[in-house]
Amino acid sequence: MIGNQLIDQYARNITDEKQHSVINGAAAGTEKRYQVLHKDYLDPDAIRKIAASIKDHTLHHLGEYLAKAEQALVSRGVNVHFASTDEDARQTILSILQGHGVTQLTKSKSMAAEEIHLNPFLIENGVECLESDLGEFIIQLDDDEPSHIVKPIIHKNRREIAATFLREGIAADYNDDPETITRRARVHLREKYMRAQAGITGGNFVCADTGRVALVTNEGNSRFGMAPVGVHIALIGIEKIIPQEKDLAVFLNLLGRSATGQQLTVYTEFINGPKSANQPDGPEHMHVVFMDNGRTDVLASNCKEILRCIRCGACQNVCPVYRQASGHAYRSTYGGPVGAVLSPILFGSRFPELADLPKASSLCGACNEVCPVDIPIPDLLLRLRDKAHREHVHSPAAIPMSPFATLATSPSLWRTAMTMSKAMNHLPIQVAPIKPLQDWLGQRTLPDSHGGDFRKWFKGHKKS
Amino acid sequence: MANPIARPLNKRVLLMGTCLCDAFYDDTAKATVEVLEHLGISVEFPDNQTCCGQPAFNSGDWTASRKVARHTASVFAGELPVIVPSGSCAAMNFHGNLVQFEEKPDPAITSLAKRTWEVMDFIYNGLGIKTWPGKFEKSTRLAFHRSCHARGTCTGEAVRTLLASIENAEVVPFGEAEQCCGFGGTFSVTFPHISGKMGTLKLDRILDIQPDLLVGIDMSCLMHLSGLAQTQGRPVKHLHAIQVLRDTLP
Repeated sequence: MIGNQLIDQYARNITDEKQHSVINGAAAGTEKRYQVLHKDYLDPDAIRKIAASIKDHTLHHLGEYLAKAEQALVSRGVNVHFASTDEDARQTILSILQGHGVTQLTKSKSMAAEEIHLNPFLIENGVECLESDLGEFIIQLDDDEPSHIVKPIIHKNRREIAATFLREGIAADYNDDPETITRRARVHLREKYMRAQAGITGGNFVCADTGRVALVTNEGNSRFGMAPVGVHIALIGIEKIIPQEKDLAVFLNLLGRSATGQQLTVYTEFINGPKSANQPDGPEHMHVVFMDNGRTDVLASNCKEILRCIRCGACQNVCPVYRQASGHAYRSTYGGPVGAVLSPILFGSRFPELADLPKASSLCGACNEVCPVDIPIPDLLLRLRDKAHREHVHSPAAIPMSPFATLATSPSLWRTAMTMSKAMNHLPIQVAPIKPLQDWLGQRTLPDSHGGDFRKWFKGHKKS
Repeated sequence: MANPIARPLNKRVLLMGTCLCDAFYDDTAKATVEVLEHLGISVEFPDNQTCCGQPAFNSGDWTASRKVARHTASVFAGELPVIVPSGSCAAMNFHGNLVQFEEKPDPAITSLAKRTWEVMDFIYNGLGIKTWPGKFEKSTRLAFHRSCHARGTCTGEAVRTLLASIENAEVVPFGEAEQCCGFGGTFSVTFPHISGKMGTLKLDRILDIQPDLLVGIDMSCLMHLSGLAQTQGRPVKHLHAIQVLRDTLP
């Protein structure tokens, strides 16, 4: 029924502690982003428009650029694979690992890997798979799910993390000082790094002209993970291609600033392929797995602009609904505004189940305002609401609108209704047995009706 | 959600009163007429107007909302500028309608989009009035809530500049101004909890600066915020910017 939206319920039941973590983390991100963009650029808006047009151009010619990128990667000695579904991607990665006899690996943070639930699959298949990003490592320890694209543990505070470390034997005693937590994780992870035989990463950008893969982290974990291993596998969505290396100037400048308020992420790697003869270490084998997994369907839809996304999380940080409900309320890999568009269409068969996501927005447009690639997210949410309505997907947010349309296209009926609405002023509507009305009036008062008063005044005014 | 460029100007305009002013806020519509007439503009109010159709559009029932939009476009047919005392309904005319008619553009809808002005934008950018000769009796702190549908449009600057030019007025910035008041039309009904929390946060930030008056450009946001404020026992005096312009005239 109306008012029984899952996301609203989630926000109602969220603990105060979790809610504070999300609100504070998200608000800090928004503020930092604004400061750094406006300090460095006279007109940040112009740059994101350029970024949007580069992405649109690439998506428009995606087939050509993918072929070009493949050619460039192969010429650098990289093995290129294409996976059309999540299952294909998992099997491709497993067979690469088996081919190299890998039983232990480290993985840096990757939303693409989250999307296909790679970790549990590899563990089931006998491969020890350790998350090396601190946030993702904590998620793995807690058997939790990331709730933010960039800050996977935005919903946790340091006390919870300290308790986890104690429970898991990573710390001998409870200590919630962030520096101590990080140092302890570092000691624990370092030893694991040295035993790994392969490293799995995502990829932020692939330059079609040179085949160079750009990868950003703030912890240096992906770079560190490359040093001891023989095999590097990069799992990358097909929309991550950019035409030329020089386009990185636009995207890297926007990504760090939009995501974490940094001018540049602390570690920005440009990976040229497997270890060359004159390099002292690094993987001898490199595989790039380009994954479709619903992306060509999105490209064919009327929401293709969402494929511009560079996964900065700025829309999540600024979104008032995300702040209240947290990323977990969106019940899919991608939460917040980007997820409300992407999840229902990327995982197409789950559309009916996720059709409430596009409705979880007041359409305030803050997401579009901060988006480094100017995705018109509110328009896309509206198109998906229209899609749900056309496909008769049941949703508790569907207030019947045809009576409204009838009233709003019958002027004399409308005028009568306006005048009659004054009768409401004398009715105790707050006790009317209508649940949504009670929910609304429980928190807010409604002004007195002045139905039709302006029209009456205007007629008199014109005569005078 | 940028304004359409090169919208027409005329000494005669059509007023789109909005359903909220029709039902609750007659004085806002009245102030719109009085201010425009004060500026030498002749205002007509097509009597067959109803609503812009946004409730159905936002709900995803585009069959219903297109029907309402076509009705509105026919009521406001012609060449004259259409003036709206609401950022949200104006944006429905110049943006939302273009989205819902993008597959089959309708000339009447496109024409309405090109002629629609939010009223403060019309005064500031259309008529070129950059200062307001108004006066508050005593020093007055104003909190201006630039509602979400005015994002990316010229309205925010118009209101801030005109309000600040009023004698004894001070427009005081407050925190997290980019955040929504939580109304969102049907959103406040279908997501009552999140909507209420958003509104409460917004109120907190507004009341931080202890304003004498909360000024908006959408009665919907003001209805939501004042409704919450009253229930929470911290009522806040609120007016539409156009009412402030009228009320401060000598």
